[in-house]
Amino acid sequence: MASGIRDKVVIIGMGCSQFGERWDCGADDLMIEAFTEALGDAGLERDDLEAGWLGVFYDEQSVSKSALALSMALRLPQIPVTRVENLCATGTEALRGAAYAVASGACDIALAMGVEKLKDTGFGGLPERTKGSFEDLWQPGFTPPGAFAQLAAAYAAKHRLPMADLKRAMAHVSVKSHANAVHSPKAHLRRPVTEAQVLEAPMIAWPLGVLDCCGVSDGAACAIVTTPERARALGRRDAVAIKALQLVASNGYELSHQGWDGAHTPTTRAAAQRAYAEAGITDPRRELSSIEVHDCFSITELVLMEDLGLSDEGRAAFDILDGRFDLDGATPCQTDGGLKCFGHPVGASGLRMAYEIYNQLLGRAGGRQVAGASLGLTHNLGGIPNRNVASVSVLGLRSL
Amino acid sequence: MPGIAAYGVYLPRLRIPRKLIAGAMGWLSGGKKPGRGERTACNWDEDSLTMGLEAIRDALPDYASRRDVRSLVLASTTLPFADRSNATLVASALDLPDSVLAADVGGSQRAGTTALAQAFTQRAASGPDGRIVVAAADRRLARPGSEQELAYGHGAAAMVVGADDGLARCIGARHLAADFVDHHRLAGETFDYTLEERWTREAGWFTQVPPVVRELLTTSEVPSSSIRHFIVPADGAIGKRLATLCGIAEDRLTDPMTDLCGLTGCGHSMLMLAAVLEKAAPGDLILLVGFGQGVDALLLQATDRIGTVRPRRGVAASLRARHEETDYTRFLAHCGILQVETGMRAERDARTAQPALWRKHAEVTALTGGRCERCGTVQFPRSRVCVAPECRATDTQLPHLLAENTGRIKTFTEDWLAFTARPPLVYGNIAFADGGNAFIEFADFDPGEAQVDAAVRFVFRLKDIDRLRGFRRYFWKAAPLGDA
Repeated sequence: MASGIRDKVVIIGMGCSQFGERWDCGADDLMIEAFTEALGDAGLERDDLEAGWLGVFYDEQSVSKSALALSMALRLPQIPVTRVENLCATGTEALRGAAYAVASGACDIALAMGVEKLKDTGFGGLPERTKGSFEDLWQPGFTPPGAFAQLAAAYAAKHRLPMADLKRAMAHVSVKSHANAVHSPKAHLRRPVTEAQVLEAPMIAWPLGVLDCCGVSDGAACAIVTTPERARALGRRDAVAIKALQLVASNGYELSHQGWDGAHTPTTRAAAQRAYAEAGITDPRRELSSIEVHDCFSITELVLMEDLGLSDEGRAAFDILDGRFDLDGATPCQTDGGLKCFGHPVGASGLRMAYEIYNQLLGRAGGRQVAGASLGLTHNLGGIPNRNVASVSVLGLRSL
Repeated sequence: MPGIAAYGVYLPRLRIPRKLIAGAMGWLSGGKKPGRGERTACNWDEDSLTMGLEAIRDALPDYASRRDVRSLVLASTTLPFADRSNATLVASALDLPDSVLAADVGGSQRAGTTALAQAFTQRAASGPDGRIVVAAADRRLARPGSEQELAYGHGAAAMVVGADDGLARCIGARHLAADFVDHHRLAGETFDYTLEERWTREAGWFTQVPPVVRELLTTSEVPSSSIRHFIVPADGAIGKRLATLCGIAEDRLTDPMTDLCGLTGCGHSMLMLAAVLEKAAPGDLILLVGFGQGVDALLLQATDRIGTVRPRRGVAASLRARHEETDYTRFLAHCGILQVETGMRAERDARTAQPALWRKHAEVTALTGGRCERCGTVQFPRSRVCVAPECRATDTQLPHLLAENTGRIKTFTEDWLAFTARPPLVYGNIAFADGGNAFIEFADFDPGEAQVDAAVRFVFRLKDIDRLRGFRRYFWKAAPLGDA
């Protein structure tokens, strides 16, 4: 069995643009903003980069096709640059590409960039996307909130939880993320909200109100990765290492087979198990200092707590209401505000999550710092519950 | 002698109370009384094609009953496609044998009765095998504030004609062709142009119908007094006067159901015939009239087998399955008469990849899933590799038709953000009774009506309208199982 990439790759620099409705910026501006920070953080020069990965989802709205948007915006030296796309796991997919290149020995220093320019569409919510010539013929004209709202209907039925109780737990998810975002300077939405505000917000897709939904934001985030040896040669003594990087894509089971109950994400469960094994984690509830999960909608975060093994089956709503995932809880979740408040420029999100864990591990998280953070997790769920790509990464401090 | 082997109807569940129309448009007519009751109206995703199809499903509810259909005629003056065989699409959706002779007919409010008469003639002339399905459907639009808006309804009926007497045998038929233009609609136009009602009654109905009826009764050697059911697809006052003129007692008139559904167009005679067949006694003589640029008169007689074959739902149950429309403007929007704001999301390109549709027409048009021969797993859509995690065998799936299957709601939402002509867009994952799962849109669920685990059936509906290229695409949706 393969040994995996645990501790073979370290992150030596990260950057993240201000997220939000960046009417003043194009995708190139956002990438330069994130890249400038990362390069300074790493203490490297542009010409030190040996390869690049660009993660972007909505190509037509953002940057058109190919990886040229990255190499041209950053004026990269003549190096291989690859564009990757894997739904909302796109940013993590870019990191995976860069990490694999370094782990394989193909190069020593690689850049992973994720970006999305969403607010050029002229309307609220995510842009429309094609589903393919066959799927368009029969699948619903769904929206992301509508697709994820289905988790709530199925979850409430499965666990015989009154919808009002489930809604209260979902509201707490949003209240918590808004509270965290107050201390998160680059976040899109930084005002606290109350449970009553969330519960009374206009309905978007039953049972999701507008405050159950994440922000639609412009933004970019990036990471520069290298080998532990190279990091040491650069003078580092401690670094944030990639402990695990796993990704699972649906194979049609959820969409076509009756076995799926509609109330969990099998891909996340599989990816989490493998990531925990790769990282050597046996008790995630005790070992993980902080986590950033794919809270595109409040119900998604709730369901994910069970899929990631952080709550028992049917107990996530109660754990959430007990404050287990609050900033001062046992496993702080979305310490930077999450997709909910930091924002969700699709291609950037996976790297934005890594940026937060990176800062937490290095003790740079300011008013939202988790004391003694040593191991963090990021999770993306790309697509929709019945057809998705789940990624789980584990980052941890290691001495070089 | 050929006869009716089975019959079915379809009435859209939306009902427009005439008071609702009068409340909105009464200012135009000086407060003229709107008439009683309600009329039927298509939901945004229903049209003559989908209604005709549902009427046939009502008559032939299972696939086995469709195996010996040799011919399908779809009669309508309001079919969605002028050049694409609507009847062939219906045949494909119903999984009729692909050797079926499928034809659209139209051109007159008499199209339904004419097609039915032709079916009897054709059936009598051909061999012993095979049945002919005649469906008639109309979705006539009317200008706001017009008499037609109040009078018209939307609906469909279907008759299955077989070689033997069946439930009711055809004794004879007589016809009149007369270019009497009481109303007309040019090809491509939306609304009828209608002349004075009195002229239509006096010079049309009362002058043209009685001689045809008399000739039919005389040649059939049937005295007018023995007619048990007289079917006149018109306002009750016309029926009463015609009965008198034809020597038929008023109490033999069949209720035209104008208070319940309105006049549903070229299928209305067959809709009334279906109501008669639901309650007729053996031996009952049934006189059926069609009117429009002439007259059709058909004489039928119920056999001893009347009542032995019933539609899945039929007239009485279809009339009961009603949902009152509360917004007049929404009715107009569904009719395409009122252009409402749809938002930028409606700009999504709904281009149909025709090669993909043709390649996958069994899956899309007939809701065909696959059943793995190795592990038995039913799945939708049918695929090359089995989806069961423990199987995943390649090329082991046989076609498995799912349109007549029932299902239950596994997950759903009411989406107010997504574009639909009738917000919210309701959709979700459905578990088929036979196995398998599908992520599809729902039909006929208003907010608050869907529930996890609720039973559904599947209905063939309009899915998307491609205004850029003038195309409409159809697919199956999950609808409340109701009292079916």
